[in-house]
Amino acid sequence: MSKVISMRDAVAANVHDGDVVAIEGFTHLICFAAGHEIIRQRKHDLTLARLTPDLIYDQMVAAGTARKLVFSWLGNPGVGGLHAIRRRVEEPEGGAPAGASDPRPLELEEYSHFGMVGRYTAGASNLPFFPLRSYFETDLPKANPLIRPIRSPYGEETVYAVPPLKPDVTIVHAQRADAAGNTQMWGLLGCQKEAAFAAERVIVVVEELVEESVIRADPNRTVIPGLIVDAVVLEPWGAHPSYVQGAYDRDNRFYRDWDAISRDESSTAAWLDEWVYGVNGRAEYVEKLGRERLADLRPSGRAPSGSVDYGVYE
Amino acid sequence: MSAPSDAAAFSKSEMMIVAAARELAGQRVCFVGVGLPNIAVNLARLTVAPELELVYESGAFGAKPARLPLSIGDPTIVTGATAAVSMFELFSFYLQGGLVDVGFLGAAQIDRFGNINSTVIGDYEHPKTRLPGSGGACEIAINARRVFVIMRQSKRSFVDRIDFRTSPGNLGGAEAAARIRREEGWLGRGPSVVVTDLGIYHFDESGEMRLDSIHPGVTLEQVRETIGWEPRVADPLATTPAPTAKELRLIREELDPEAAYTK
Repeated sequence: MSKVISMRDAVAANVHDGDVVAIEGFTHLICFAAGHEIIRQRKHDLTLARLTPDLIYDQMVAAGTARKLVFSWLGNPGVGGLHAIRRRVEEPEGGAPAGASDPRPLELEEYSHFGMVGRYTAGASNLPFFPLRSYFETDLPKANPLIRPIRSPYGEETVYAVPPLKPDVTIVHAQRADAAGNTQMWGLLGCQKEAAFAAERVIVVVEELVEESVIRADPNRTVIPGLIVDAVVLEPWGAHPSYVQGAYDRDNRFYRDWDAISRDESSTAAWLDEWVYGVNGRAEYVEKLGRERLADLRPSGRAPSGSVDYGVYE
Repeated sequence: MSAPSDAAAFSKSEMMIVAAARELAGQRVCFVGVGLPNIAVNLARLTVAPELELVYESGAFGAKPARLPLSIGDPTIVTGATAAVSMFELFSFYLQGGLVDVGFLGAAQIDRFGNINSTVIGDYEHPKTRLPGSGGACEIAINARRVFVIMRQSKRSFVDRIDFRTSPGNLGGAEAAARIRREEGWLGRGPSVVVTDLGIYHFDESGEMRLDSIHPGVTLEQVRETIGWEPRVADPLATTPAPTAKELRLIREELDPEAAYTK
């Protein structure tokens, strides 16, 4: 049965006000197209979970969709800070976006990368916590009392525990899937698998829709099975300005541009008006970016994986 | 190595990157962070440590980047790498499993014992400046066999008391730190070197930073003016050999041609 629907329908059906939303992808495969659609549909009071909020959550916070962030590294990778989020944290009175549904300061729940990965892992495996050797002698357990020490049941050792994270909806971007949602990706895999298995609902957004036979020809590359997928959206360039291994590069120019745009509330709002509210979807955004800009982001050459032989056993 | 170049012909940042790269001689597996560590580690791979395996927290092991990645997530660290693994595997098996020799960290604040703050300036609840936070730094500080720090010196960054402890160094001193590491089963032995734009510090038996080498053209006075405590200084104090022509060429032509980090 096909689960292929439009981005508009996928977000309308699966993202609700007040939800815990995880748009995962560690620098790679970040689904900006979904984030922008969530902004256009004016969802609000969301708890946004991601290891690295990145530009996408800076934009979603600026647009007033979020009540809370759950994260481990709050920056513009390789460039600097996330200014819209920082305004809501450093100057909560003045930093609320105009017309925001909720002018309260943004609530933060902070972990480390391994802690966040562990939280999704516990959520995906139906465990009450995930143990890890981190946080010793740091101020993080004081800043976030959900990070707690536990004694090993097999000895004297103490480790730290983090609670499971089960998003209401996880959204992942990938190179390809079939219509049933069987999803294959390559390159940096981040923790998309864990975040998807931990979630109540899963939206998969892909660069290419393929036949089931393509998936079955390379089962080791399947990261997310259609079994847990609720909607499949075909959205080429849906991860721009982040990147898709083998398809297009990170648009570092935009990551640098955002640093200037986001320093000021009015330029941030103007950008959202032009590039999010002002377009009806990703196709129009891509059209607006222009062929030249996109051509520059294509890989400079090919690096095919070669292939392996799974064999036939009849 | 080629002949030393003219001392006037390199920047402080270039000296810092070169000094950090040289410290990696003989190391095998290095966990790479964004920015300055990224350049230093890639320079080491091209000079003193050709066998160095680069691990990026984004999940690339044995990366051979064909260009300097702007961020630690960049398609060039995957193409041609030994392995691209999930973050669960990277943090659980490679880092917590004890395979990482050196973790490279930057910081907003550091104290004399190498404890690091990358979370907030000011009070946590009402910060003056909200910084990125731990990322993987806190588990790197605990699980990497040793920690290298690279950062520019200033009174604001080299402080008597850090505002938030994101990553543990030698805590309140070497003796207590060694006991706690043993009792809590840490694999890491803590910070071993801090490379700045002015000099190179190692840690003495008390666990405190000691200036062992000063970069050419830098005075002790400049060092003291940019540090929030009275620093220990080795006697005799070495002078860091200036960058070689080869090191400078690699930085300028291959690693940072736009001088994003080396201005």
